[in-house]
Amino acid sequence: MKDIYRGKLVRLAVEAPEVMTKAHARWERDTEFHRLADGDPAQLWSEKKIREWIEKEMEDDPLRALRFSIRTLNDDKLIGFVGLRPDWIHADAWIGIGIGEREYWGKGYGTDAMRLIVQYAFLEANLRRVTLGLHSYNARALKSYEKVGFKLEGVLRSDTLREGRRTDGIYMGLLREEWQALQGVAA
Amino acid sequence: MLDIQTQLFEAQDIRLGPIDHDTHPEIESKWTHDAEFMRLMELKPVRPLSPAMVKKQYESIEKEMDEQKNLFYFTVRARGDDHLIGKAAIEWIDWTNGNGWLRLGLGAAEDRRKGFGSQVLKLLLRYAFAELNLYRVTAMVPEYNEGAIRLFQKFGFMEEIRRRQALQRDGRTWDLLTFGLLRPEWEEQAKSHE
Repeated sequence: MKDIYRGKLVRLAVEAPEVMTKAHARWERDTEFHRLADGDPAQLWSEKKIREWIEKEMEDDPLRALRFSIRTLNDDKLIGFVGLRPDWIHADAWIGIGIGEREYWGKGYGTDAMRLIVQYAFLEANLRRVTLGLHSYNARALKSYEKVGFKLEGVLRSDTLREGRRTDGIYMGLLREEWQALQGVAA
Repeated sequence: MLDIQTQLFEAQDIRLGPIDHDTHPEIESKWTHDAEFMRLMELKPVRPLSPAMVKKQYESIEKEMDEQKNLFYFTVRARGDDHLIGKAAIEWIDWTNGNGWLRLGLGAAEDRRKGFGSQVLKLLLRYAFAELNLYRVTAMVPEYNEGAIRLFQKFGFMEEIRRRQALQRDGRTWDLLTFGLLRPEWEEQAKSHE
């Protein structure tokens, strides 16, 4: 069987709480990262509070959310996180991803991690489809998700107010059959 | 002119009211035995709820309203005898960006197809835009809920997202639709109805 944790540039891993806490605390001070990844206001939290959340998440029932850290294959650097929130009843899941280390933006690391989590969703969690959302101003993310095979499913018009401007939310989905067809082409 | 005279909770045949913890659990428990109604309202597997279970839900709704401040929940009453007809809510409010999600349902079969749904939605929209000052409202509707789709379209909502085959029910898949209405669009409508 194939190693589903290993991609071409990154692997899916898990961190000790203190390692993930330090990384998150640093990433969240980068407001550009926050505003690309999230819709809530950028905010600063103590390491104590962040650690409490991370520990709570780790104790969470894995059926509620499946979370991974992202590490590079060549120098084993922790660069981000990715996770699935499955709806087992309808066999769909929301995917969330963030590459906190800026020097790894736009070089295929996030796309590689996304390929791994999608593969995990279909081959390990046995889901039928996966869903994600992004800000319309996040052009890099859009390109990456298209590369993985996500299709545009709609636009929430003017759902975000940033710097006094209304921007759209983009929603994409990928069905298992579509993904399987893409694997056939690649093989 | 600043209009503070128009009553926010009163329509022609219905009104919005609070939860009544004494009499409503019994009534809503009956609605939950109507699988067809519940499957239009809920995406999770439906099951009948006892009055005690409904009472617990009401308590957690009011707790959330009080502590989180991002949920506004109403019961829908008949204006004549004040009997419980349904429920309506604006939930998951994102204050920073001015977004809210709508939910409404008429529980008793004899109160449906009388235009009450339109009256509830009209009140909800006025409340969302003119009282909560939201910029946009959103509603999620399974493609098989044709009544809800017609209602949102009638009020000028635009189908914004179609999550393909996102639901499975009755041994097949269905799309999950998202409808949205923006404040400028609602204001345009309100003007043309004056």
